[in-house]
Amino acid sequence: MSVLVVVECDGGEVKKSSLEVASYGSQVAQMLGTTATAVAVGEATEANLAKLGEQGITKVLHDAEPRLKDFVNGAYTKLIAAAAQKEDAKVIVLANSNIGASVGSRLSVRLQASIATNVVELPKTDGGSFTVKRGAFSGKAFADVKLDGDRKIIAVKKNSIEALHEAGKTAQVEAFSAQLTDADFADAPKQVVMQDQAGGILLPEADKVVSGGRGMKGPENWNLIEDLAKALGAATACSKPVSDVDWRPHHEHVGQTGITVSPNLYIACGISGAIQHLAGVNSSKVIVVINKDPEAPFFKAADYGIVGDVFDVLPKLTQAVKELN
Amino acid sequence: MKFLVCISNVPDTTTKITFTPDNKEFNKAGVQFVINPWDEYALTRAIELKEAQGGGTVTVLNVGEADTEPNIRKALAIGADDAIRVNAHPKDAFFVAQQIASIAKDGGYDVILMGKESIDYNGFQVHGMVGELLNIPTVAPAMKLDMSGNTATLEREIEGGKEIVEVNTPFVASCQQPMCEPRIPNMRGIMTARTKPLKVVEPTADAARTEVSSYALPPAKQGVKLIPAENAGELIKLLRNEAKVI
Repeated sequence: MSVLVVVECDGGEVKKSSLEVASYGSQVAQMLGTTATAVAVGEATEANLAKLGEQGITKVLHDAEPRLKDFVNGAYTKLIAAAAQKEDAKVIVLANSNIGASVGSRLSVRLQASIATNVVELPKTDGGSFTVKRGAFSGKAFADVKLDGDRKIIAVKKNSIEALHEAGKTAQVEAFSAQLTDADFADAPKQVVMQDQAGGILLPEADKVVSGGRGMKGPENWNLIEDLAKALGAATACSKPVSDVDWRPHHEHVGQTGITVSPNLYIACGISGAIQHLAGVNSSKVIVVINKDPEAPFFKAADYGIVGDVFDVLPKLTQAVKELN
Repeated sequence: MKFLVCISNVPDTTTKITFTPDNKEFNKAGVQFVINPWDEYALTRAIELKEAQGGGTVTVLNVGEADTEPNIRKALAIGADDAIRVNAHPKDAFFVAQQIASIAKDGGYDVILMGKESIDYNGFQVHGMVGELLNIPTVAPAMKLDMSGNTATLEREIEGGKEIVEVNTPFVASCQQPMCEPRIPNMRGIMTARTKPLKVVEPTADAARTEVSSYALPPAKQGVKLIPAENAGELIKLLRNEAKVI
């Protein structure tokens, strides 16, 4: 028996959210008195996979099939199922990402496992039961969920678990083949279009986000958002009205029907804070709101606020960050 | 082409969330329920595709008790042709997925659509479970869906980009914006919805694999600390020294 963690890799690197997943898995393994094995998906290098030892991983299974570089639901599911069989995994941990949820939900049926997504804490395992805490009601509540049965799948929400860093420890990387065939690649992408990311920081992975709303008055003013984001090393985002009128692309829209983010720092500029927007950001650790309207509802959900004109305040903040650095 | 659109009955977005005194259930008292906002993309896109094909049917499916029928009627008013309600409390994602898979199999549906996730449980699981139960492809979350004959071209969102994927029917897709502009019912739709068929069936399988043992609300925010606009740079110092996030 073991714990299996699924690590997503991109451009040879293990994604930050997967370092958290690996750390979660190795801590669960310790609770259960076993070891944690990782299985890699995406484009990975052996050197980076070996470094997963720092997150407490003992062994990494790596299938070098080149078509695994891009996300293919069928192939990823078969690969992870094969790894789970090989390792006799009782608990499988993945990221609560589009890939994690797509694969995890299929795996739960294939492996007859119970599954919880959006998980924010390590499990409680008192008295033989296995309970995890997960976000529900679009960030407005938490649910403790009991997972039944012999096998469990847990999808861990980004930025809810601190990644472990035990310097110098390495994991053993082992070649592994799930014997994938063409049929497993039925949903392989014909084309992959990656976004043009300002500063190279992906919004779903970012631990700092600077976001703009209609108060920015037009796309021509987004340089103010981008300047602050660049100084902070943050990703940029926007509210729904902004993406609806095409000031910014849809993939930057955070909120109820957009992306849900949970960064350490979320700075909202000229966003009033409609409940639909809050649903996408309310699990951020620190929320800063800049708005000229002191009655903007967002101030109620904020930790820090500035009542003022974004066109005046943003350059001052950018300057202050540059001075601090 | 036969479309099956799965809808969930959820508390309106603006609902203040409270629980029953034992914290085991959501407190429905006085709460307005709506069609899950993500499911509206699935429903509208199915109707648009049917119209473009000049034939076919859109069936709405809900797993829920009788109190979900007003929202099923609303889906019929928006333009679905008929509806099925599986008469059961939706215990968990697996329970719901089994009902959907059973109906989809018996009905021979070509395209099974649903929203990315429900705004109450936020599971994002049912799509994959249904696909696996039926042994057909799942594309999740889909931002775009076009059909040409039996082949669908979809845009699947991945972190930081999108994949263009082609699959043949039957398949499952979980939908999100910007797939379409969700429609709202018009008066004619509301009138015709009253007489469209709504079939009630009993659940076919009973198994659930998870159970919510308790709900809790997040700790209340401490209140906002306001920094004067003329002294905006002070905020950056607080973020470093007090909040320790930069």
